[in-house]
Amino acid sequence: MPRFLPRPTLGFIQIVRRHFLVWRKTSAASLVGNLGEPLLYLTGMGYGLGRFVGDIGSLPYLVFVAAGILSASSMNTATFEALYGGFTRMTRQNTYHAMLATPLGVADVVLGEVVWAAVKSLFAGLAIFLVGTLLGAFPGPQAWLALPVVFLAGLVFGGIGMVVTAISPGYDFFLYYFTLVSTPMFLFCGVFYPVASLPEGVQTLVAALPLTHVVALIRPLGSGTPPEDVMVHLGALLLFALTAYPIAVLLIKRRIIV
Amino acid sequence: MEQTDTPPPDGAPLLRARNLVKRYQGRTVVDHISFTVQRGECFGLLGPNGAGKTTTLRMIVGLTPADGGELTLFGLPMHPEQRAARQRMGVVSQEDNLDTDLGVAENLRIYGRYFGLPGALIEERLERLLRFAQLSDRAGQAVGTLSGGMRRRLVLARSLVADPELVVLDEPTTGLDPQARHLIWQRLRTLRDDGVTLLLTTHYMDEAARLCDRLLVMDHGAILDLGTPRELIARHVEPEVVEITGQGDPPDPATLGNPDGRQERMGDTLYCYTRDAAPLMERLSRRPDLAVLMRPANLEDVFLKLTGRELRD
Repeated sequence: MPRFLPRPTLGFIQIVRRHFLVWRKTSAASLVGNLGEPLLYLTGMGYGLGRFVGDIGSLPYLVFVAAGILSASSMNTATFEALYGGFTRMTRQNTYHAMLATPLGVADVVLGEVVWAAVKSLFAGLAIFLVGTLLGAFPGPQAWLALPVVFLAGLVFGGIGMVVTAISPGYDFFLYYFTLVSTPMFLFCGVFYPVASLPEGVQTLVAALPLTHVVALIRPLGSGTPPEDVMVHLGALLLFALTAYPIAVLLIKRRIIV
Repeated sequence: MEQTDTPPPDGAPLLRARNLVKRYQGRTVVDHISFTVQRGECFGLLGPNGAGKTTTLRMIVGLTPADGGELTLFGLPMHPEQRAARQRMGVVSQEDNLDTDLGVAENLRIYGRYFGLPGALIEERLERLLRFAQLSDRAGQAVGTLSGGMRRRLVLARSLVADPELVVLDEPTTGLDPQARHLIWQRLRTLRDDGVTLLLTTHYMDEAARLCDRLLVMDHGAILDLGTPRELIARHVEPEVVEITGQGDPPDPATLGNPDGRQERMGDTLYCYTRDAAPLMERLSRRPDLAVLMRPANLEDVFLKLTGRELRD
C-alpha cells in the first residue's frame, strides 16, 4: 500500500465553494460582525486610546493600530474557522467522511479548509479595510496591497489551525492553543505597540512567530511607507504555510483514514 | 469449508479481495478474507455485530488501508489514494453524513461537484434523483426536517449522483420502519435491474434474502461460508423447522422424539430441524400445552447455526 504524502487536486475548489455556499446563508449576520467589530475597535482603540498614546513613530495611533487590527483579524478569523468550523465538520457532522467517499482525498479536504479560512480572513480584512479607509486609518496609496498579505496570513493560520484541529480530542482543547499561542501573538507581535519596544531577547522570540511578519508587512503597506525586508517576511510566512499544510494533511489522514 | 465462488465466463470480476487483513491494536478484525463480486450482482456481507463487515467495506471504499492482502476494484488496486475507483462508485455509509448545513437538493448538487461533474449535468440529474428518492417536493428543505427514511433515501440518491457502476451500502435499512425499509429495498432492486452492482452489509436476514444474489457469511473477521441464499440453506440446515414454545421452560427434546433431526434451544423456544416434520407434528398434536410453529428453513437458521446463538453487543 502506498504511504506517500497525499497530493491535492483542483477538487479542493469544490470544497471552498461548498463552504462559501454555506457562509452565504448566514452572510447577513457575518457582515454585521465583520463591519461592526472593526468599527468598534478602530474608534474605541484608535480615538480612545490614541488620545493618550499620541503618535507612534510618524504614525497617528489610529493608523498604527488599524494595521495591527487588520493583521490580528486575519489571524483570528482563519484560526476560528479552522478550529471550530474544521473540527465540527470533521467530527460532529462527518462532512469529511462524506467528502472522502468521493474522488476527493484528505489533501483536498484540508486544502479546501485552509483556503476557505484564508478567504474568510480576506472577507473580514475587506470589511476592516473599508471601515478603516472611511476613518482615514489607511492613508497610503498602496494600502490595498495589504489585502494579499491578509490572504497569505489566512493560509498560514488556517494551516496551523488545521494542525490543532487534527490533534484535538474536543472543543476544550482549543483553549490551550488560544492561551498558549494565539493570545500571546495577539499581545506581543506588534499589533498594539512596536515590537522594538520589547526587551531584546523577547524580540528574537517574537520574530519566530508568524503574526510578527504579518504585522511587519501590513503596517507599512497600510500606512503608506515602504516595507522593509519584504522577502524575509514573505519567506517566513510562506515557510509557515508550506510547513503547516502537509503536517495537517498527515495528521488528519492519520486520524480519519484508519 | 467448500465455497462456491466460480466467476461466470464473461470477463474479470468487478471486485476482487484476496487474503484481505485488517488489524486494530494487534486485534485481527478482518482475517485473510477472499471473495469476488461480479458485475451486476447484489452481493451481501452477512454477519453479527463486530464480524468485520464495516471494516471490510471501509477498505473497499478506501477509507481504511488494508494491513495485508490484495484488493482490486474495476481492475485497479484499491487504497485510500485511489481516486479513479471512487469516481466509479457510490457509498451509502452507516452513519448519516448528509451535509446538514445544506438543503436537500444542495446536498446532491454539492456532492456532484465533489465528483467533478459539470453543473449542467448535475442539474439534469437532480430532478430524476429527487424523484427516485421520493423527495421531489422537499428539494428546498433543510436536511434537518427530514425523517429517518427520507434521510436514508437522500443518502442513497446522493450516492448515485455520478452514475456509479458499484454502490456500496453499509446496513442500508438499519433503524428504519417497515414502510421505509420496503421503499429502500424496492429502490435497490430497481438499481440492480438497471445493471448497477450492489455490495451491502446487513444483519437482517429478510434483507439479505430479498436482495442478495450471493451472500458471504462472516464472523470474527473470517468467512464462514459463501453462496446463494438457497445454497446456504440447503448446505447448512434441514429443510423444515418446528418451533416449540412451552409455558415456562421449553420442553425436553428427548420426550418429543425427533430421530432424524437436530434440536437447538434459544431462550424459551426449542428449534427442531428435520427433513420431514410430519411425524413430529403428529406427536405434538397431542400436546396442546405447547405453542408449535412449522415453517421452511430460512437464512436466519443458517445464520444462527454458523455464528452461534450467544448474544453479541
